[in-house]
Amino acid sequence: MSNEAVLHTHSGAHDDHEDHSHEHHEQSFISKYVFSQDHKMIAKQFLITGMVWAVLGGLMSVLFRLQLGYPDANFPWLETILGKWAKGGHITPEAYYALVTTHGTVLVFFVLTAGLSGTFANFLIPLQIGARDMASPFMNMLSYWFFFAASIVMLSSIFVETGPFSGGWTAYPPLSALGDASPGSKSGMDLWIVSMALFVVSSLLGGLNYIATILNMRTKGMSMTRLPLTIWALFFTAVLGVLSFPVLLSGFILLIFDRNFGTSFYLSDIFINGVGALPNEGGSAILFQHLFWFLGHPEVYIILLPAMGMVSEILSVNSRKPIFGYMAMIGSLFAIAILAFLVWAHHMFVTGLNPLLGSVFVLLTLLIAVPSAIKVFNWLTTLWRGNIRFTPGMLFAIGFVSLFISGGLTGIWLGNSALDIHLHDTYFVVAHFHIVMGVASMFGMFAGIYHWFPKMYGRFMNNTLAYIHFWVTIAGAYLIFWPMHYQGLAGMPRRYYDFSIWESFKQFQDLNRFISLVAMIVFAVQFCFLFNFFYSIFKGRKVLTQNPWDANTLEWTAPINPGHGNWPGEIPEVYRWAYDYGKDGVDFIPQTTPVGADESVEH
Amino acid sequence: MTTTVPRNEPQRIHPHKFLMWAAIGGIVMMFAGLTSAYIVKKNQSSWLQFDLPIEFYYSTGVIVLSSITMYLSAIALKAAKMSQYKAMISITAFLGISFLLFQYLGFKDLQAKNIALVGPRSNSAASFLFVITFLHMMHVLGGVIALIIFWFKAIRKNSTITSLISVEVLGTYWHFVGILWIYLFLFYNWIG
Repeated sequence: MSNEAVLHTHSGAHDDHEDHSHEHHEQSFISKYVFSQDHKMIAKQFLITGMVWAVLGGLMSVLFRLQLGYPDANFPWLETILGKWAKGGHITPEAYYALVTTHGTVLVFFVLTAGLSGTFANFLIPLQIGARDMASPFMNMLSYWFFFAASIVMLSSIFVETGPFSGGWTAYPPLSALGDASPGSKSGMDLWIVSMALFVVSSLLGGLNYIATILNMRTKGMSMTRLPLTIWALFFTAVLGVLSFPVLLSGFILLIFDRNFGTSFYLSDIFINGVGALPNEGGSAILFQHLFWFLGHPEVYIILLPAMGMVSEILSVNSRKPIFGYMAMIGSLFAIAILAFLVWAHHMFVTGLNPLLGSVFVLLTLLIAVPSAIKVFNWLTTLWRGNIRFTPGMLFAIGFVSLFISGGLTGIWLGNSALDIHLHDTYFVVAHFHIVMGVASMFGMFAGIYHWFPKMYGRFMNNTLAYIHFWVTIAGAYLIFWPMHYQGLAGMPRRYYDFSIWESFKQFQDLNRFISLVAMIVFAVQFCFLFNFFYSIFKGRKVLTQNPWDANTLEWTAPINPGHGNWPGEIPEVYRWAYDYGKDGVDFIPQTTPVGADESVEH
Repeated sequence: MTTTVPRNEPQRIHPHKFLMWAAIGGIVMMFAGLTSAYIVKKNQSSWLQFDLPIEFYYSTGVIVLSSITMYLSAIALKAAKMSQYKAMISITAFLGISFLLFQYLGFKDLQAKNIALVGPRSNSAASFLFVITFLHMMHVLGGVIALIIFWFKAIRKNSTITSLISVEVLGTYWHFVGILWIYLFLFYNWIG
């Protein structure tokens, strides 16, 4: 199957496969910018939609941090923008829970799944493996538009009268299954579940395409062990998604039947104040948790792996050294992907799980430390004695490694079922997953954007703004989440609306105010990035050479502004792996350079 | 389009065929999740025991038959026997619709025996049977719609340009939903 056939599946018979130039297609505005089937345009659509969601999701966190930092203060302007959800300038408990829930859902799924792997899998897979486009460009387009539909439905849930869903991003029943359970469980939850179902479809369409493209459409000479690590990471991400999202969907389907058709999969022995006893009998809420976390844990790696892959690539390019332990990097990605499916019950240690079973999950969870440590050592040894170029992308990549270490270490604490009895549902958990999964993956995403922006738009982003963005964000990330570890160790529970009425947690009032203040500063600094991004698309410094970072991978052999089809003429052939930096005293040797006669053998 | 042969490359599986196999992997996970939930639930209290309706036995036979006709339609297309291809593909679609009908009658049968599938009186045993079977029916329905589209294409163009690849991809899917039903049928009988 040739790449040309994929691009032309809808254009009927054609004979010549040689010397196809794809830049002369006349395209309307609609087919170029809206219903585009070009993977590069779809990537940009995912990225910009993801950025809109990141701003909204971030703003939500600022609003609920306002409540946590200043529980006694009144902000009349809040009533102006939120109306009845902030009566008298004070966020109501219902609004607080809705904000926390939507913040979680949006950031986990819409920003760090669709925005991250949607963007970079689409953009990098065809360009780095040497393909004209995805295996099915049409499915790829559908993937984006399902995501867009999911976004619209989720956005609309914010505006319904009873508010968006407010039972936490994990949507545990009975809060998610019974409309009478809370205001947010009414139509907000219906919209939430419709939105998530659309999102699952989007993820599956995208993931299937990524897998098929990577396995089937690599250019001549591009064997699997010559792939850049970005592609390996995106491959495992897609495999995780394709195998785990359907399980989440089956959990949601049972939930829909419980909600709307009176079944009792998750419900039993429930009495609701004002409604009375419910007839549901024999259901188990824990069943939902099993189905949810069977996706939920791989989801963590769906978020993290693309960042790991991009960071590996960016660290190597900007250290001017080959990545240390290429095969070990692939092996550890593989190990993480396997273990991702075997640890879900560590989210459920305190649900009455059999302690013996719990100990098995402790062991499997702690095993993840092994491949994670391999990756960290390899990143550090790649940096070691490198000729480091501190580009903004490189800074964010190094920041990722720092955050991954700090957040990963607390994972070893939480993976112990005995410690988890104390730490479960405290701010310790909040600190852990925000650092290791949230902020770290955001850093991977920023690294990717700064690094590949020249390829995306043919212009550079502004470095000064990027440096301000980096330093304030990394300092802010630690200042926000580090103190939460102490709060969590002291037992401060997550998701509480107001700590000032608790004797044990009053002492943290000043610390909470400090965290909220930093959160607001960090949120404001992101506008440096947003301005930089959109300004640079139109006014940034132009890229004048094909390969501005002196990198080896194939995307830098394409024209500065590649058309649909990526390479005019033949797709380049590959003769070596992606990491020949500093080999035989040569700074870099692109993958398209044939192996010389007197070249040394080892990488 | 089926004539495009990669140059100087080892023969790889067609990306669309591969896409189907990967999608099947996803669907398998979905039903694995549901049947695991079924097992978990069965081992808890108040699980209703009942026999499968007789219609499910008929539908099993029908879906096996339809797999054979699907297979024959691909052979006919390969041999460029268009009339035979059209006949076989329409019989497959018809058998698919009959399968759906039998499943529906099976549900009716259960309700006639006073076993509620959904609603407040329902037991999880019947609800699980209904939800899992219903989801499988949705997958069969998707296949039936694809078959009808293929049939329309075949009578409209009346030529041999119908892509063999896409018929083979559809065939893979059709055999898969058949095997999936046989798995579910054995599962209900053996575990439930």
